Amino acid sequence: MPKQKHLERALAEGRISRREFAKQMSALGLAAAAPGALFSGSALAATPKKGGHFRLGLGHGSTTDSLDPGTFENAYTQTMGYGLRNNLTEVNAENELIGELAESWEASPDAKVWRFKLRQGVEFHNGKTMEASDVIASVQHHRGADSKSAAKAILEPVVELKADGKNTVEFSLKEGNADFPYIMSDYHIVMMPAKDGKVEWKSGVGTGAFALQSYEPGVSIKMKRNPNYWKEGRGHFDSVEMITIADVAARTNALTTGEIHAMDRVDIKTLHLLKRNKNIKIEESSGNAHYTFAMLTDIAPFNNNDVRLALKWGLDRKALLQTILRGHGYLGNDHPIGRANRYLADDLPQRDLDPDKSKFHLKKAGLSKLTVDLSAADAAFGGAVDAAVLYKEHAAKSGIEINVVREPNDGYWSNVWLKKPWCAVYWGGRPTEDWMFSTAYAEGAPWNDSHWTHERFNQLLALARAELDEAKRREMYREMQLITRDEGGVVVPLFNNYVEGLSTKIGHGKIAGNWTMDGLKALERWWFV
Amino acid sequence: MFALVKVVAQRLALGLLVLFAVSLIIFLGVELLPGDLCQEIQGQGATKETVAACRRELGLDKPPVTRYLAWLGGVVQGDFGVSLANQREISELIGVRLSNTLFLALVAAIVAVPLALILGLLAALYRNTIYDRVINVVTLTSISTPEFFVAYILILFFSVKFGWFPSLSNVSPDTEFWDRVYRAILPAATLTLVCVAHMMRMTRASIINLLASPYIEMANLKGMSRSHIILHHALPNAWAPIVNVIVINLAYLIVGVVVVEVVFVYPGLGQLIVDSVQKRDIPVVQACSLIFAATYVILNLTADILSIVTNPRLLHPR
Repeated sequence: MPKQKHLERALAEGRISRREFAKQMSALGLAAAAPGALFSGSALAATPKKGGHFRLGLGHGSTTDSLDPGTFENAYTQTMGYGLRNNLTEVNAENELIGELAESWEASPDAKVWRFKLRQGVEFHNGKTMEASDVIASVQHHRGADSKSAAKAILEPVVELKADGKNTVEFSLKEGNADFPYIMSDYHIVMMPAKDGKVEWKSGVGTGAFALQSYEPGVSIKMKRNPNYWKEGRGHFDSVEMITIADVAARTNALTTGEIHAMDRVDIKTLHLLKRNKNIKIEESSGNAHYTFAMLTDIAPFNNNDVRLALKWGLDRKALLQTILRGHGYLGNDHPIGRANRYLADDLPQRDLDPDKSKFHLKKAGLSKLTVDLSAADAAFGGAVDAAVLYKEHAAKSGIEINVVREPNDGYWSNVWLKKPWCAVYWGGRPTEDWMFSTAYAEGAPWNDSHWTHERFNQLLALARAELDEAKRREMYREMQLITRDEGGVVVPLFNNYVEGLSTKIGHGKIAGNWTMDGLKALERWWFV
Repeated sequence: MFALVKVVAQRLALGLLVLFAVSLIIFLGVELLPGDLCQEIQGQGATKETVAACRRELGLDKPPVTRYLAWLGGVVQGDFGVSLANQREISELIGVRLSNTLFLALVAAIVAVPLALILGLLAALYRNTIYDRVINVVTLTSISTPEFFVAYILILFFSVKFGWFPSLSNVSPDTEFWDRVYRAILPAATLTLVCVAHMMRMTRASIINLLASPYIEMANLKGMSRSHIILHHALPNAWAPIVNVIVINLAYLIVGVVVVEVVFVYPGLGQLIVDSVQKRDIPVVQACSLIFAATYVILNLTADILSIVTNPRLLHPR
C-alpha cells in the first residue's frame, strides 16, 4: 500500500491535517488507523467518482471581469481562480490550513522569516514546471508602486522575497506574523507561470484542477479537467462551466429545470418552496461573512464611546436575524470574529436589545436624546435598507432617532463607505483573526471603516501576530474581541450563512464555511454521484 | 430617383452628426456619474494607492477633453480601442454580443411582424366583432404586462411545468444554429408578446381610418368583397404609418431588451452596456451607444424610404 504509507508519512510530517488524513484514507476505502488520530469519520465523504460536465450558476460576474487575480472581487472570479490555479496553502473544510503548492513551511523563531518548500514536479497547464521563480513573480504581481491589486495591502508587510534554489521561497516580513501562511491561501495570491519575471495572467494558465477552454467575462467560462492534476482526490468532473445568472429567479429556474447543477445565493424568501423539490438539496454553512454598521469614531457624536454603546444596545438583533435573514445566520456580538475563525470567544455574553442600558449610556454621554443619520443601500448587503429601518424602530425605544438615508447602489463603495459617518457595510470575513483585525480595525489600515484607534488593541494586535504559543494567542484574541465589542466603532449585528442549492446528483464532503461555494473550491471538491 | 438618392445622402450626413452628438453626450454623462472605473472595479477593496496606480496605467488621470479627443481620433480611423476593464478589443467584445442581439431580434421579428399584420388586418376586416375584441384584449394585456413577468410566466409553463424549452438561453459562439434557435424561442416569444400589440393596433387603426374615404366607399358600391377592398385598396395607402411603427418596434427589439436578456441569461448588447455603465468603462459604453444610435438612424431612414416608395408625394414636402 504505497499510497497509505505516503499518507502516513505526510501526516507524520504535518503536511496534511489529521482530518485530511482520515478523509484520504477513507477515500482509499481503508479505515484510518492513524496512531492516535481522532477519527471523525465524516460519512459524507463517499467515494468520489470521475466524469461529467458540471454547470454552476452564480449570481456574480460582470463583463468587466478579467483573469487578472489582482482584480478578483466577487464569488464568480474567485471560484474561477481556484479552479484554474492553486495557492501555496489552502484552508480545508475544517478551517485548518494545509499545504497546497507548498509541501511544508517553517518560520524563524520570531516568525519574521518564512520558508516555503514547494511541491516538486507540479506542471502548469502549458507544460512548464512550477518553480520558485513563478511563485515570486506571482506574489510580486500584487506588490510595488504600480500594483492595482486588492492584495497589495495584505502583502505590505513583506519586505523581501527570494528563491533558495528552485524549490524554496523565503519571505522576510517587517514584523513577526504567525499567520503568514494563511495569507498565502488568499484567492488573489494564486500561482501563475512567469516569463522574464512577469506573470502571464491573460492566458488563464495555472496548475489547477481545470484548464481554461473559453472565457466570456460576464457570461460564462468553460474549463476541462487537467489530466496531470497533482492533487490527490480532487478535480473529478471531466469539464466544468460557470454561468453568470444575475437574476435570482432565473438562477432558481435554471436549477429546477436541470440547466445547472448548483447555484449560490438562494432566495431565502422562497427557500421553503424550493425545498419541496426532491431533486434539489439545500446546503447551508456558517462562516465569517457578516453585516456591519460602521461609525466614524473621529466624528461627533460617534467619537464618544457612550454614544456608540447606546447605539449598540439599541438594536434588536434577534428580530433582525428573523426579518432580514429569516434565521439563516447567527447573531453578531459587535466584533468581526466568526465561527470559521480559530479563536472565536463564544463565552462572551451576547449583546442584546436593552433600552435601559442604552438610555444609561446616553445619559452618561450627557445627552437626553440623540439624532443620527444612518446611510444604507442594498449594495452594502441584501436587505441593508430594511435593516436600517428596523434599527430605527428599535432605537426609538431608547430615545434615539435614526434618520435612514437611502444611498444609491451605484458607487456605494466609493462614495458612501469610509466617507459617511455611519453606514451599512458587508464583510466576507477573513480566515484568521489577525487578518480581519488588521484589515478593518487596526490603526491606519486603509479599510478601517470606523477610523478607530485604540492603544491596547493595537498593542495586542502586534503581540498576538508574532506569538507562536496557541494558549497565549487565544487569550489575546479574546481580549481584543472584548475591546472591540465594548469600545469599537462598529455595530456587528449579524453573520449571514451561505445558502446554496445543489442538484441531488452532486456529491461532496463536508462543505466549508470559510467562503461561499465550499470555500470557493466547489469545482475541484465536488463530483457527480 | 435622383431625388430619393439626395434624400438618403442628406439623411446619412445628418445621421453622422447625430452619432457625434450622441458620443459627446454619453461621454459627458458617464463623466458626470460619481466615481470612475478604477474605483468601481476595485469596489470595497480599493485603496488610494491602488486606485491611483490603476488611473495612471489606464490614462484616467488625464483631463476628460484629452481622453475624449483621443477616443474620437481612434474611432475616426475605425479603432474603437480596448475595454478599460479587461483590455479586450472592443470590436471583438461587441462583435459576439451584437450578433447575438441581432439574432434574437431577427427571430422575434420574423414571428412578430407578420403576426401583427395579419391580426391587424383581420381585426380591421371583422371590426367590432367578438374576434376584434378578443384580439384587442389579448394583445393589450400582453403589452401592459412587464416583460419580466411575461418571461417568468412562459418559463413557468414551458420550461418548468412542461419541460419543452430551456429556461436559460446562454448561447455561445460555438452553439449550433438550430440549438441557437431552440434556445432563443422563449425570449423571442416574450418579445413577440410585448411588441405585437403596438404594430397590430396601428395596422388596424390606419386601415379603419381609410375605410371612411370616398374611394373605398366607391369600391364598396361597386360590390367588391370586404377583404379585396382592404388588401388591394386600403392597405397600399396605409403602409406609411404601419412601416413607421414596425421600424420603431424593430429598433426596440435591438436596443431595449436588457430585461429579457437578464431573465433568460442571453448574452446580448443590453447586458454589456449595463455592466459597462456600472463600471464606467467609457469606451465600451461609447461603442454600444453608437451602435444603438446608428440602429435608430438607419431604421428611421429605412422607414422614410419605404414610406416614400409607397407614397411618392412625400418626396415633395409642401
